[in-house]
Amino acid sequence: MRRAELLMALVLGAFSAYLMVKSAELPIGWIPDEGPGGGAFPFWLAFGMLLCCVWIVARWVRRKSPPSRSTEPYLAVTTRSTIIRVIVALTLMIGAIHFIGIYLSIPLFLLYYVRVMGGHRWPLSVAVSVITPVVSFFFFEIALRITLPKGYTEPLFYPLYDIFM
Amino acid sequence: METFDLLMQGFGIALEPLNLALVIFGCALGLFIGAMPGLGSVNGVAILLPMTFLVPPTGAIIFLAAIYYGAMYGGAISSIMLGIPGASTAVATTFDGRPLALAGKADQALITAAGASFIGGTISVVLFTLFAPPLAEVALAFGAAEEFSLMMLAFATFIGLGGDDIPKTLFSIFIGLVLSAVGLDIISGEPRLIFGGLPGFFHGINFLVLAIGIYGIGEMLWTIESSHDGVKVSQASFSIGRIATHLKGLKHSLKASFMGSFLGYFVGILPAAGATPGSIMAYGMAKTMSKDPDSFGKGNIEGVAAPESANNAASTGSMLPMLTLGIPGSPTTAILLGGMVIWGLEPGPMLFVEHQSFVWGLIASLYVANLFAMLINLAFIPAFIGVLRMPFTILAPIIFVLCLVGGYAPTQNMHDVWLILIFGIVGYLMRKLDYPLAPAVLAIVLGPLAETSMRQALLMSDGNLMIFIERPISGPIMGGAVVLFLLPLLKLLRKPRVPVSD
Amino acid sequence: MIKRSVFLPLIALFSALAVLAAGPAQAWEPKKPVDFVIMAGKGGGADKMARLMQSVIEKHGFSSKPFVPINKPGGSGAEALIHMKGKQGDNHTVMVTLNSFYTTPLRQPKLDVDISTFTPVGRMAEDTFLLWVNVDSGITNVDEFVAAARAAGSDWLMAGTGKGQEDQLLTTFLNKAYDLKIKYVPFKGGGRVAKELAGNHCNSTVNNPSEQLGFYQAGKTRAIASFTPTRLPLFPDAPTFKELGKDYVYFMQRSVVGAPGMSDEAAAYYRDVFARVYATDEWQAYMTKKSLMGGFLTGPKLKAYWAREKAVHEVILKDIGEI
Repeated sequence: MRRAELLMALVLGAFSAYLMVKSAELPIGWIPDEGPGGGAFPFWLAFGMLLCCVWIVARWVRRKSPPSRSTEPYLAVTTRSTIIRVIVALTLMIGAIHFIGIYLSIPLFLLYYVRVMGGHRWPLSVAVSVITPVVSFFFFEIALRITLPKGYTEPLFYPLYDIFM
Repeated sequence: METFDLLMQGFGIALEPLNLALVIFGCALGLFIGAMPGLGSVNGVAILLPMTFLVPPTGAIIFLAAIYYGAMYGGAISSIMLGIPGASTAVATTFDGRPLALAGKADQALITAAGASFIGGTISVVLFTLFAPPLAEVALAFGAAEEFSLMMLAFATFIGLGGDDIPKTLFSIFIGLVLSAVGLDIISGEPRLIFGGLPGFFHGINFLVLAIGIYGIGEMLWTIESSHDGVKVSQASFSIGRIATHLKGLKHSLKASFMGSFLGYFVGILPAAGATPGSIMAYGMAKTMSKDPDSFGKGNIEGVAAPESANNAASTGSMLPMLTLGIPGSPTTAILLGGMVIWGLEPGPMLFVEHQSFVWGLIASLYVANLFAMLINLAFIPAFIGVLRMPFTILAPIIFVLCLVGGYAPTQNMHDVWLILIFGIVGYLMRKLDYPLAPAVLAIVLGPLAETSMRQALLMSDGNLMIFIERPISGPIMGGAVVLFLLPLLKLLRKPRVPVSD
Repeated sequence: MIKRSVFLPLIALFSALAVLAAGPAQAWEPKKPVDFVIMAGKGGGADKMARLMQSVIEKHGFSSKPFVPINKPGGSGAEALIHMKGKQGDNHTVMVTLNSFYTTPLRQPKLDVDISTFTPVGRMAEDTFLLWVNVDSGITNVDEFVAAARAAGSDWLMAGTGKGQEDQLLTTFLNKAYDLKIKYVPFKGGGRVAKELAGNHCNSTVNNPSEQLGFYQAGKTRAIASFTPTRLPLFPDAPTFKELGKDYVYFMQRSVVGAPGMSDEAAAYYRDVFARVYATDEWQAYMTKKSLMGGFLTGPKLKAYWAREKAVHEVILKDIGEI
């Protein structure tokens, strides 16, 4: 935890500095008769972020904040693998949407989560994985007319549009 | 008396069978749209606009207003049950609604939200009925300088919302403001902070993307970690007896509801402000004026009542500049305005004179919609509670999916879905280190309003800062903001410095 | 195993339906909902017009699949242009444009968008501009306006929409033509600009009629001149700048474009849809009420119109130093 606190402050500090550089692409000073330039608002606020990071590090050195005194591990060993699996599964699902569309990647994700991670029985897992995308289709595409991404599976939906629209 | 007659005429219109059916159907539909994370009243109204060609204009606007109301009620549902604000207007509701749900009091929070929304809706419609034209003048007098002062007041009311760690709270506010600056700088017309030249950053970072990331993904990861699987989101229970108790318990939050209603309404009528600052300020005010401010954020029922009454009151309020000035006070009213134009009704001061049956039919239908939205909402509460009882390993993946689909729907851009994931993971990691994240979410909502209005005012005054103090309306508001800013600082200075023992 | 047993029949069903749907060869029709991109935010003039078009299409059943509006206002339309560019060869994406269609690619050459590659569908209207003042100012004609603005110098405020956009181009014209020092203050959206004038927060605006109509009818604001070739029927007392000896005409185009490389059949289909929209009573009534001008243009004529307008904007933008 203690190491994570320092690391996070350093990473965020670096990010603040990057934001300052990026903001400085537009004028950051005071333009006479006009007020602050286009980059001033984000630049000075990012500077504020940087100061906060320095402050956080100072408190870390003096062991002021609870995390800087904690000896517990940042990610508990017992839950670490679960969290990582969830994040990886989410990332893969979102990545897959670009190719196989939302209506295949969502069932795959749900099936993995409910069956493999949740340990529920097959019938329930399949039911959840099928009902969720079907309901989404009718709610978003038919009722609200919001087209969701389908990737290469798009032609499969043409007949559905012909029937329901 | 004239007003009363007109209103009665309006009720005659609103209670016609077709219009009444539209109100009920609209409220129910709006409720579900609002309860979906990511979708809010603006989506519902925009998408259903063309369908309203099937019915006459008065019926159509009544239908849309019903959806608007339904969605405002529905927004509270996802805030309380999932901890994900479905729309920016419902952010403040999560602060106490979520802890209440976690403590097994989801039903109490939902009922209070419905009751407070009803109070907010009713008070604001009454105010609307009585004082529409004079208040339109107030809205007109509100310029950029006044808007900036109002934003400062809003910031001041939530300065106390952060955690105990001052640098981390400040950091959170700053990063929210910087992220809000991404996109186009409207004053200079230049794009800024376009990371990696990705076109998705041109439209800026939507509030919803940050909120769904932090409250949806981040919060779920946090729950997964702290629950070690197999635990339910909350121990929700439900019975008729409990409902009765909670309905009686509403009187404890009456003060907060009334205050929220008036505040929300007046902020709502200001062009460009809308319901979000209104609900945030109501929350801040309720906390400041409460006898027990420390219990806010940990499940104080007044923390649900105040923002919920305010956002409903503000949504009525934001119809005022729309109808009388033709200026939308919120994105949703912007679409409603488009609808009126399609039907050939010209909003503006003359609307009240030339289309009386339309205006008063709308106002009367607001009364009716408000009542039905509450009843439908109460009727569905058992179903919502039932959802919460599902095993967490089923609920969690469905919530993840809802977050991603809901995050995609408003802009229909995968870029935003990736951002949600990134914000979720980073938010989770930061939260573990005691970084408070609510200030960042609030800052991203208010940031653009504050920056733009400040720079517009300075352009107008040749860069003279006195414009914020000298103008008759802006000055007192700014003064109030300064006082509110200084209060917590004074408290802080007086507090003896003792090392915190954990 | 169960997964497969559920999936196989589903796939079989889909393919059967696909075969059925393919049917005999006919004129081209959209196979899925059409993305109707709006290069401006919700509630603005372009948005209202797009939603009106969408409603008219649905009401009259001009299209077998719905048109689904998507707002892409980012970067003065830069986001929308890049989106369209990426839809190369797509037959289900059309976009409603305004003058940022010319100005944004000129001001942001990094976008590398060539508007001549876009498929012309139809010009639905040209929106008009007028010079507006608040009635309280007592100004009734351009001479009085010039006198007052000259006296005020840079304290004379013109509210308008984003920088480098239509309103600022017109402000620059006024400054040059009458040797003024009007200061331009950008706001978000024409409705907001109109309110700034009605609330006396600025001294003048160059709104479209649709934006000021409400205040005008309530007697709060007044149009003192128009940027059109002839006087507008709705504002007979506002002379054109041409009459006043300054040959200056400026319009806001409202046209629909298709993705680059759209198939000819699809382009023909959309042209037909929007030509029919243009001819409806609803559209014509809207044009009269909001003082819109311009006939329906399509095909090579529309392309030529874009090329001409783009050249005009390039000159203006260079003139005011934006590029």
